[in-house]
Amino acid sequence: MTVASGSRVEVRLPSRLGFEKVAMSTAAGMAKLMGFSEDRIEDLKTAVAEACINAMEHGNQMNASIPVSVVLSMKPNELEVKVMDNGTGMEVPAPAPDIDRKMSGEEETRGMGMFLIQALVDEAEWVSGTGTDEQSFVRLVIRMNKESE
Amino acid sequence: MQTANKVSQQQLTGASGQQITCLRFNGDISSVSRDAVLGTYQALDKASHKRILLDFKGVEYLNSSGIALVIQVLMEASKSDQTVAICGLTPHFTKVFTMVGITKYATLYPDEAAALSAL
Repeated sequence: MTVASGSRVEVRLPSRLGFEKVAMSTAAGMAKLMGFSEDRIEDLKTAVAEACINAMEHGNQMNASIPVSVVLSMKPNELEVKVMDNGTGMEVPAPAPDIDRKMSGEEETRGMGMFLIQALVDEAEWVSGTGTDEQSFVRLVIRMNKESE
Repeated sequence: MQTANKVSQQQLTGASGQQITCLRFNGDISSVSRDAVLGTYQALDKASHKRILLDFKGVEYLNSSGIALVIQVLMEASKSDQTVAICGLTPHFTKVFTMVGITKYATLYPDEAAALSAL
């Protein structure tokens, strides 16, 4: 199979927990076709899963009838993943989790998704929409490092 | 879409001769695993289970909600003066657990044999 820059795949998921794994598998398959290393593919899988879960929970309020759209675009030396929902966007940047505050109960044990996304991909951008006509999305990018791939 | 998760429990003996309670996780560890993960841990008698080993070798999918459950186990263990160790994570999740600071409260071992020889 020839992997052409410009190839694009779109996946629409119901806002139901567990379906983020469909987007993970799709992203992993495309990254593998592009020649990304296994560790970068694992990073991408976690980031995509967390982005989809945020879109389902915060964007679409777990309304299974509202889909999360995931658009994966192969570009020269990079893979871009856009995860879109009908919410009004997320507050960024996400603070790094403070394990001491979590352990003492001062900070929620949950709420690490955005931090993981930012830490695991080369670029993460959150764009707020109106929630109706204009969707909110997070755009994730992983880049090919020719020395290590 | 969620793989059924199951937690099995086994009593092991560490190199020091101490009894270790191993909780083996399987399938998905996510928000729907709360009862399996926390329920199994909370069912243990805190006074007689002082050393806990969480084994992730059989885990197929783990997300931030699942990691939050692990932190809740660590919180409760800390209050009960229990020691928790973790084994069987993939290299990716070893990195993720380190990034979120879990290594400050639990030692990570590559596998059960490494954990038992150190405990």
